[in-house]
Amino acid sequence: MVITNAKYHNADSDTNTGIFATIDGVKCNVPLDENNTHYKEILKQVADGDITIAEAD
Amino acid sequence: MAIVINGSGTVTGLSVGGLPDGTVDAGTLATNSVDSAELIDGAVDDSHMASISGRKNLVINGDMVINQRGGTATINGTGVTYNVDRWLGRGVSSAGVFTLVQSASSCPDFRKALAATVTTADSSIASGSSYRIQHFIEAQNMMHLNWGNSNAKSITLSFWVLSTGPTGTFGGSIANGNYDRFNPFSYSISAANTYEKKTITISGDTSGTWATDNTLGMRVNFSLGAGSSKVGTAGTWTSSSYEGVTGQTNFIATNGAALYITGVQVEQGSTATNFEHRSYGEELALCQRYYQVHKEVYWGHAHVGTGNRIYHSFPVEMRAAPTAADTTTASQNTASNYTENTYTMGWNSYVRGNANNVHARWYADVTFTADL
Repeated sequence: MVITNAKYHNADSDTNTGIFATIDGVKCNVPLDENNTHYKEILKQVADGDITIAEAD
Repeated sequence: MAIVINGSGTVTGLSVGGLPDGTVDAGTLATNSVDSAELIDGAVDDSHMASISGRKNLVINGDMVINQRGGTATINGTGVTYNVDRWLGRGVSSAGVFTLVQSASSCPDFRKALAATVTTADSSIASGSSYRIQHFIEAQNMMHLNWGNSNAKSITLSFWVLSTGPTGTFGGSIANGNYDRFNPFSYSISAANTYEKKTITISGDTSGTWATDNTLGMRVNFSLGAGSSKVGTAGTWTSSSYEGVTGQTNFIATNGAALYITGVQVEQGSTATNFEHRSYGEELALCQRYYQVHKEVYWGHAHVGTGNRIYHSFPVEMRAAPTAADTTTASQNTASNYTENTYTMGWNSYVRGNANNVHARWYADVTFTADL
């Protein structure tokens, strides 16, 4: 799974509610749900040092 | 031998088959002649009830009818690539490539099949490489099998398969979600271009960790090719990551060959019963727990400073909060619009205007993925 452009979003608040990312070429919005397979893969790739997640605007 | 009806009401002397077909029919049995008093507990055991009992198939979309994604999937990497709902392919980057697509089927009772076609052959598979078609079963849909403890029950896998190319012995495996319990199986294809029904009984795993929640419970692997470290002995549970069987024919080695699979059923017990056909609507709802396609529509006033949000409900609760992917099809007077937050029960869209008090509209195609 190729993940790029990962960035938190926070729904106009101070609490992050999801991650915008491009996954295998498709722009996606990934929820912060540990049972979501994309979120688990993002956390794995962050832990492996392969990607980082930018802070929300 | 004479037929005797003694004083206690017992009938003796009937040989097996002594009552020819049609002897007892609707005209013979009067209304209420066989009721709960005659059918005592255990009179008809599970093996004879299985063919008429409901919800026996643990596989969703085993007849390959639901196809929300559409199109052809090219499997040229190790990641998960879904095609027909609930069915996915996995491979090896560039060494061998195959495609998955829903296909018309000439199989009796099944009008659709999943076709895997080799487009780049790999005739010298690396030891740790594996090509396969997979189906994932959610853990709480199989926890009644009691796998992982001494009460583990057997399952029977049945399916129809057709090869346009190689024949011989083929393989696959059953595995757990943790990817540390495997049981290879084998089946043979005796003739090309002919649908054959295969039946395999697999003992329940009394060891290992088998989840009981909304995570991945059971992997059903149909191997298209596997290296030497990915194959093992059929019918034996092991912690080695076997996805095929020793000595199997590697389908991926034949360029242009196609393997068609349909009518896949996994059921409790050691008897393969008739396939459980469910209605299109039922099957679609079962699939929508993992993947849905929708259209988002926003039509109303918007402003620059604050985004507008609209909540939408899913028709089926999804397995987990899904990943959303939206594609705008039309918009007007919007500065920003996207699918914002997702939940298992629904999602909200977000629209911000390009000026204050404008009439904004936004249309988008959006998919939601909560696959295992």
